[in-house]
Amino acid sequence: MQTINFLKPNRDNIKNYSIIGSFLVLISLIDVISNAFLKTNLTSFLPGSLSSLFPLILGLIGLNMMRIDYSGNKTLDKLNKNINTNNFNAVLTLLILFSIIKALPPSLNWMILDANISGDTKDACTGTGACWTYIKVWFRRFMYGMYPNEFHWRINTAFILVIALGFVGYFMKENLKKYLALYYVIIYPVIAYLVIYYLISGGSFGLQWVETGAWGGLSLTFIVSFFCLIFCFPLGMIFALGRRSNLPAIKYISICYIEFWRGVPLITVLFMSSVMFPMFLPEDFFMDKLVRVIIAITLFEAAYCAEVIRGGLQSLPRGQYDAAKSLGMGYWKMHIFVILPQALKLVIPGIANTFLALVKDTPLIFVVGLAELAGMLALAKTNPKWLGFAMEGYIFASIIFWIICYAMSKYSYNLEAKYKTER
Amino acid sequence: MNNIIKKFLPQILAILFVVLIFGFLTINAQTNMDNRGIDFGFGFLSQESSFDVQFSLIEYSGSDSYARAFLVGLLNTLLVSFISIIFCTILGVIIGVARLSSNYLIKNSAAWYVEFFRNIPLLLQIFFWYYAALRALPLPEKANAWFGVTYMTVKGYYIPAMVWENLNVFLYCGLAAIISIIVLRNYANNLRDTQGKQIPVLLYSIALLIILPLLSFLFGGVSLEFELPQLKKLSKISYIYEGGISLPPELIALVLALSLYTSTFVAECVRAGIEGVSKGQKEAAASVGLTPNQVLKLVIMPQALRIIIPPTTNQYLNLTKNSSLAAAIAYPDLVLVFAGTALMQTGKAIEIVSITMLTYLTISLTIAAIMNWYNKKIEIKEK
Repeated sequence: MQTINFLKPNRDNIKNYSIIGSFLVLISLIDVISNAFLKTNLTSFLPGSLSSLFPLILGLIGLNMMRIDYSGNKTLDKLNKNINTNNFNAVLTLLILFSIIKALPPSLNWMILDANISGDTKDACTGTGACWTYIKVWFRRFMYGMYPNEFHWRINTAFILVIALGFVGYFMKENLKKYLALYYVIIYPVIAYLVIYYLISGGSFGLQWVETGAWGGLSLTFIVSFFCLIFCFPLGMIFALGRRSNLPAIKYISICYIEFWRGVPLITVLFMSSVMFPMFLPEDFFMDKLVRVIIAITLFEAAYCAEVIRGGLQSLPRGQYDAAKSLGMGYWKMHIFVILPQALKLVIPGIANTFLALVKDTPLIFVVGLAELAGMLALAKTNPKWLGFAMEGYIFASIIFWIICYAMSKYSYNLEAKYKTER
Repeated sequence: MNNIIKKFLPQILAILFVVLIFGFLTINAQTNMDNRGIDFGFGFLSQESSFDVQFSLIEYSGSDSYARAFLVGLLNTLLVSFISIIFCTILGVIIGVARLSSNYLIKNSAAWYVEFFRNIPLLLQIFFWYYAALRALPLPEKANAWFGVTYMTVKGYYIPAMVWENLNVFLYCGLAAIISIIVLRNYANNLRDTQGKQIPVLLYSIALLIILPLLSFLFGGVSLEFELPQLKKLSKISYIYEGGISLPPELIALVLALSLYTSTFVAECVRAGIEGVSKGQKEAAASVGLTPNQVLKLVIMPQALRIIIPPTTNQYLNLTKNSSLAAAIAYPDLVLVFAGTALMQTGKAIEIVSITMLTYLTISLTIAAIMNWYNKKIEIKEK
């Protein structure tokens, strides 16, 4: 017995069915679009709930009519395979499309059409949309904190210099390449520190001294995460080697260190650096708050780094160790020339992820009173001249952080893919 | 001889180094505290705290001790972590499965959800929800009822409170149901192993879980009433809801941010777990005649869970540690109540920060130990 199904196409009538089906889907989409953009309800003649369900039902019937295993039409087959495999998928497809269409006009209105960017006082914001004037006026504060306006070039120059120095490795001559690790682990941090100290802090070479309390904004985020990264990496390497050592004392000290820092939240570590740490320093020994915070985050992040590097060390086959030993290499020779070069290559994506987490954690230094981006936002939000623009501020900061973090995560994916094929 | 030196010298040096650092720090702390006239000790824990906490699960007032304030903070931390873990698991599983969907739109929406929420610092997300999104909610007198009885207002979320009578009878019934389910499962496993018979355990379990507590309503004298939140006028323009349970906006913002953020990581774990089960397993299971349901239940899930659970627990731990960000929006968690207010009042920096850190450390290490034990247990034993 042949079952009769009006809505099921076969290969002979697929042409007509697909035309009618896409027509129905189109009508349902037009209904939703007119509803969202023009605020008119085309189906108001239908009773209440049916009116809102109408596009969904229509679209579903349409997609159902287009569904066929194989039609020979490339576009149709691709469409069916990707968004229209069964009724459940079709409903989800329609719901996603509808919610995107519905969400577009309000967000567009708020972000762009009704928003203001001209002027430089709060009064310029008259529309119902976002007030980007607020971001414009506060932009320099968000980027540089309370750092004096006329000295911003110093921060910019320092960053450009540090980045340029970081790229030295790419252009180094072949015969100097073997010193690259030495350069990045020891020389580069020192130079970077000197550059940042003399340029941003000032105090000599005719540059005016700017205390760290005035540093802030996004540039502080970069400074903190940069120093933490370059210091936590060697420290993490030491503890990773320590944890895999055969000597019980060294092994257990490393385990204690790693498990301790991994077990506590960063915020308590920062509290420790700000209220507890000064108690542990010798009398009349003053350490800057920023330095304390950098030390605290470095110690904290080194534990995570150590675990990532340990993962790399563990994934090397035993044969590598045996081969190195059979050549008569000692512990250090074996690690420096055989094990670490291979292991570190493996853990680059992991390190990139740790660094990503580090960048995402830096806004936390706000709780100990350092005004980086989140702190500047809190400051701007409570400014009596600019009350009521918290939303714009947080969206702006989110976009900035999102771009940074997304770029980094994509980069780490790329690295992962690159090193996967090489092995 | 040479070997012995090689073995012991580094160890002795390392121990010496650690001891020296600790000694140096202790001596400094000693002199600093002597100079400032602070003495070291935990006696302050029993003193009267004389500060109030906005939101607390247990009875607490200013006349209680610091130890009780610590407990209040700890319970609040555990509460927010617990709620967020439930939500992030549900969301994470849905998103993780959606990422494997054959539907192009669903797959990509899920992928963008993950990319979006994962790449914004958690602190900013908490701030966004608390200072921007939740502030846009209506005032109590203008709030519309959600589901008829709950009210989402700028002052918090008001839900009906449950007023129980003979709650313990109900709980005993629930306990009895759970015990009988375990017995039933063991019996069913036994039957399957020895005689090859199948019992629909899940169906029976659900029935037991519903029927036994229901019986307690009929025969055990248990009764349940709902206390609905009522709008009350405080002054001319200020309204508030009375009765019911009020969840402060800080809690809501935290739960939203934590669960949305962590769900992205859980989703990645779930996806990796399901992808980690090789296709051959599924095909092999189908070829021995298992139904699709059985394939999922008996072949795919046990293997996928083995991959999913350890990293997911790690994420739960991260969530618990991240809940300490509550301090930034003044939700009275452990860090705010104890390492914030109590520290400010007593000035016992070393003691209080150590206690706080040790508490988190204990939670982490306990869960890590349980996880290690679990991993050992479910490990595939290869011959």
